[in-house]
Amino acid sequence: MEKPVEGNGTVLDVRHLTKRFPVGGLFSSKKVHAVEDVSFRISRGQVVSLVGESGSGKSTTARLISRLIEPTSGEIFFKGRDVLRAEPRGASRQYRREVQMVFQDPFGSLNPVHTIGHHISRPLKIHRRAPNRRELQERVLELLNTVGLNPPEEFANKYPHQLSGGQRQRVAFARALAVDPELMLADEPVSMLDVSIRMGILNLMERLKEEHSLAYLYITHDIASARYIGDETIVMYAGHMVEGGDSEEIMHHPAHPYTKLLLSAVPNPHAGLVSRKVEDRGEVPSLIDPPPGCPFAARCPHVMDVCRQAMPEVRWVGENHWTRCYLYDGEPQQDAPAG
Amino acid sequence: MQYATLRGPVRAVDGVSFDIGEGEVVGLAGESGSGKSTVALALIRVLHPPAMIKGGEVRFRGRDVLAMSDRELEQFRWRDVSMVFQSAMNSLNPVMTIGDQIVDAIRAHERVSERQARERAAELLRIVGIEASRIDSYPHQLSGGMRQRAVIATALALNPPLMIMDEPTTALDVVVQKEIMQQIEDLKERLGFSILFITHDLSLLVEFSTRIAIMYAGEIVELAPARELFDNPLHPYTQGLMSSFPSITGEKRKLTGIPGSPPDMVAPPSGCRFHPRCPYRREKYEQVVPRLMEVSPGHFVACHLYAEGRRATLERTEIGYEQEEE
Repeated sequence: MEKPVEGNGTVLDVRHLTKRFPVGGLFSSKKVHAVEDVSFRISRGQVVSLVGESGSGKSTTARLISRLIEPTSGEIFFKGRDVLRAEPRGASRQYRREVQMVFQDPFGSLNPVHTIGHHISRPLKIHRRAPNRRELQERVLELLNTVGLNPPEEFANKYPHQLSGGQRQRVAFARALAVDPELMLADEPVSMLDVSIRMGILNLMERLKEEHSLAYLYITHDIASARYIGDETIVMYAGHMVEGGDSEEIMHHPAHPYTKLLLSAVPNPHAGLVSRKVEDRGEVPSLIDPPPGCPFAARCPHVMDVCRQAMPEVRWVGENHWTRCYLYDGEPQQDAPAG
Repeated sequence: MQYATLRGPVRAVDGVSFDIGEGEVVGLAGESGSGKSTVALALIRVLHPPAMIKGGEVRFRGRDVLAMSDRELEQFRWRDVSMVFQSAMNSLNPVMTIGDQIVDAIRAHERVSERQARERAAELLRIVGIEASRIDSYPHQLSGGMRQRAVIATALALNPPLMIMDEPTTALDVVVQKEIMQQIEDLKERLGFSILFITHDLSLLVEFSTRIAIMYAGEIVELAPARELFDNPLHPYTQGLMSSFPSITGEKRKLTGIPGSPPDMVAPPSGCRFHPRCPYRREKYEQVVPRLMEVSPGHFVACHLYAEGRRATLERTEIGYEQEEE
């Protein structure tokens, strides 16, 4: 068995993860290439932001890691353990406890007929985190307090419809936190919330990360919030990772032409109200049996012949900054980029 | 503006006044439930029960919109004012080609031949960046961005002097959003129409508008030229909003957003409606409703602090405003 690289405190190590969905009926061999050759690592106490537009494969990546769906190929090492090989028929209860997910829609993820207290006590019971009723109750209140729902006694007895969107999302975090996870997969946790309360949730995530040394995969279409919370950022385009590394490096010195396009399109009054023209040709390509090469080739202003032949390997452009683009002739690297 | 609901009447928009000049882009910013979309619906009188206009006035080039007959309204909409809504790209008729839909809109208002209308439709599509060859495409054959462009083309069909755009790009990816906004800006320069631009995305508004009105809980709390509002926001709510958008440039700073949640409009807070979330609240502010007052030329704010000669000073930082931790 291949030995995983045991970095200091690596929680998740994803290698060459690929997911292709069959489409077009029983006898069709067409496939949607949703996620292609995605590799990255997350360490304890680290937030990795996965940024991309709709159809980039970022949510599918999270669902693969949570094992809601199974990959076509690739490996997932969780705390050094090859989970796809060790648990081939689905995630173990322990894995499902240690890897928690928070979704975009705080309205859909809570059952309207149950109290908040009920929602939070469920995982505590299922994963046997409380030996008796009294401790269960105490733990529920403590969790509500942790996520800033005060007074906890009051919130425990409320129903989801009595809460605002931001409060509901806090409940979702309390519920995920209940079972002492090691890794949180947060899929657009603030994009349905009002702008004035988004920062509160992102700051809560940050605090939980520090207090519980959690590892996060933060999935978003908003590159500014990816920077805000992510120690590292990975940019995805049409199923492929195109650039990644230290968030500040990527914001200040983007390498891949797609990252540059994305950054130039973000409304940014701080840039001094100068309208920066976006020069773009075309739209995101179809993911059904795409041609070989870089998926951005059709839109790229710097496209070369080689771009249409094969997706370039990872090339390092800075100490903790890599891209997959032929414009950079740094040493191509076979290994997964370090997280 | 009032909605009748099972939980009692909701005053969705309360005492809102503003004007839009020729060729101007006025931005209306607010969170969900702030009443910004209700304002738009009231302007073109497409509100139906349980919504009703309880008072106020809408004037378009001197004409009283609220007094118009149904026939006059028909002409007023599309010809004088057209609208683009957030979900507009889903409001296209799925069994008609986009060309036919534009032709329909033109011929409903103008006596032109089918052929002339079709030529104009092709021209409109070209203007918004869709190849004329796509004129016989059905909506499902187009991407979301192209559908939204087609809707904008339809809104332009009769060359109206005012366009109301309610979150026209919110459902789209940011690159597509930027392209469409650029296109709208170019079109505005060329055709000279005015825009009422409604969105929750303040950073987009600051880039795009001439003036911005900030709405909170059905009321305008601040109104100022865009640049002035960005450089010198006065209302604690506006200052809080500025502290709610992380940036991709500058040094990274901690942002706090605004504590608490937007109010329940069935029972909005008394006095200043922002008081439960305001770091400057005093007992008096919970009783007395602040009036919109002009503190410098063109810059209006509805906040007790300014009436008392004080001011809100949530610390300005490189990329926003800092407040004390919750």
